[in-house]
Amino acid sequence: MSPAPTRTVRPVAVVSFAQSKSVRREDHRNEVEMLMPVVTEVFSSIGVTKNDMGFVCSGSTDYLVGAPFSFVSALDAVGVWPPMRESHVEMDGAWALYEAWTLLQEGEIDTALVYCFGRSSPSDLQRILALQLDPYYMAPMWPDPVALAALQAQALIDAGKATERDFAAVAARSRRDALGNPNAQVAKDQGPDELLGDDYVVAPLRRHALPPVTDGAAAIVLAAGARAEALRERPAWITGIDHRIETHALGARDLTTSSSTRAAAEGAGLFGTSGGASVAVDVAELHTPFASQEIIVRDALRLADSVAVNPSGGALAANALMVAGLVRIGEAAARIMDGSASRAVAHATSGPCLQQNLVCALAAEPPAAGGGA
Amino acid sequence: MTDGPATPATDGPVTKLATPIRIEYEYTAGLAQSRFLKGIAEGKFLGQRCPACGKVYVPPRGSCPTDGVATTDEVQLGNTGTVTTYCVVNVPFQGQSIEIPYICAQILLDGANIAFMGLIQEIPTDQIRMGMRVEAVWVDKDQLGLSMASVKYFRPNGEPDAPYESFQEYL
Repeated sequence: MSPAPTRTVRPVAVVSFAQSKSVRREDHRNEVEMLMPVVTEVFSSIGVTKNDMGFVCSGSTDYLVGAPFSFVSALDAVGVWPPMRESHVEMDGAWALYEAWTLLQEGEIDTALVYCFGRSSPSDLQRILALQLDPYYMAPMWPDPVALAALQAQALIDAGKATERDFAAVAARSRRDALGNPNAQVAKDQGPDELLGDDYVVAPLRRHALPPVTDGAAAIVLAAGARAEALRERPAWITGIDHRIETHALGARDLTTSSSTRAAAEGAGLFGTSGGASVAVDVAELHTPFASQEIIVRDALRLADSVAVNPSGGALAANALMVAGLVRIGEAAARIMDGSASRAVAHATSGPCLQQNLVCALAAEPPAAGGGA
Repeated sequence: MTDGPATPATDGPVTKLATPIRIEYEYTAGLAQSRFLKGIAEGKFLGQRCPACGKVYVPPRGSCPTDGVATTDEVQLGNTGTVTTYCVVNVPFQGQSIEIPYICAQILLDGANIAFMGLIQEIPTDQIRMGMRVEAVWVDKDQLGLSMASVKYFRPNGEPDAPYESFQEYL
């Protein structure tokens, strides 16, 4: 167990969060038209405008809509006059938030807008996601993400770490919780026994263990120190954030564990100085598109049994690519901002079988000035 | 899509690997551009005005790129405009559908606050100039559709050139 890194952290908080409704297919509005109401809401709910932002960072991928530089035209949703300091990551918005948080650490700016959008519907998502694999030996065979997740789920079963019933229980809980989330796409009240009657899509994964295909958008405003306290009565302070990646070669990984999630959690200070103890945050929002993956991430984060996992319904209820990770941070932060939680953890993933993972620890109390991460 | 061209095995190093990839997309024009394209199918240019700065955008994308607010007021623009700048294309390239040389110009439609690109024809290429007044020439009515191909090209409309000051902001 490596100790939590010691470094000076500037207190930065989520002070506003907005998201679109998650839908199967956004067939009337273009990306700009999807984003504009979200950006408007994330600003208006705290009484600021784009001119109050020191930095803007977005997350999206051109592969989804098949349009080069779609992230540049998406800036029309914000308005870029006078010229602003702006950046983009070809990743989920959670990583855009990480870049904004890093820039805020430098101390030159006090605020940042982070936004993301993802249309999974314009093409065949399974084929597009195959293109993130090694282009010479894997991508040409077009292994789709469901098949790869099924390999991972089967490995979990073979290792005695989970059963198909566990997957069904995760899906049942997620979709039942989603009934309370007005932005969710898939919400229903069905028990695990009923779900086990579903057909296999790719064994051992049945229909219910798969995420929906979703179009959506989300935005967050970050603010530092006194500025955060001025903008929001109860900001959701980021007490630590980190991300790690594993090898591209699926065969070289133990798919039943997530060493990158564990390492990112350590880097984010989630385990504090107590090392192996279980983590008793109030809420955990985990970006685990497949029901089987929640079991792996939950273990990597050492979450206590008492933790409410994915009260929003999680990625099994809505999984807009490039968006669902930032939404996890937003949902976790929202529980702190509304007073229903004091400590939370959010997780975002990218790549096949949880290849890359980001962990963001949040709290109602700001991190001690000059203290550890 | 796994059937790339077979490469015969040789003793030398493998220097090439073919992995054919093809992805198809359905494009969503969006609300504002759908209005614009429906206007084109009726032989007219529809723009949208920014409620904050008053500028009229064509084709509209639903937002003002300067202010970041939704453009809601629809504005029908005229069939005439001004050439703000241009180039004469003398180079052949793959997929070229027009005979070279031809003129490609930025055209500021009357009533618009942004120029867009169009072809200029019915004029010798050495006579094109900034400020030239032009009009759109549309395909026959029964050929009109949801595409910019409905506008065949622009041509001089005979009006005196627009003064430089009237379009210098749009260069």
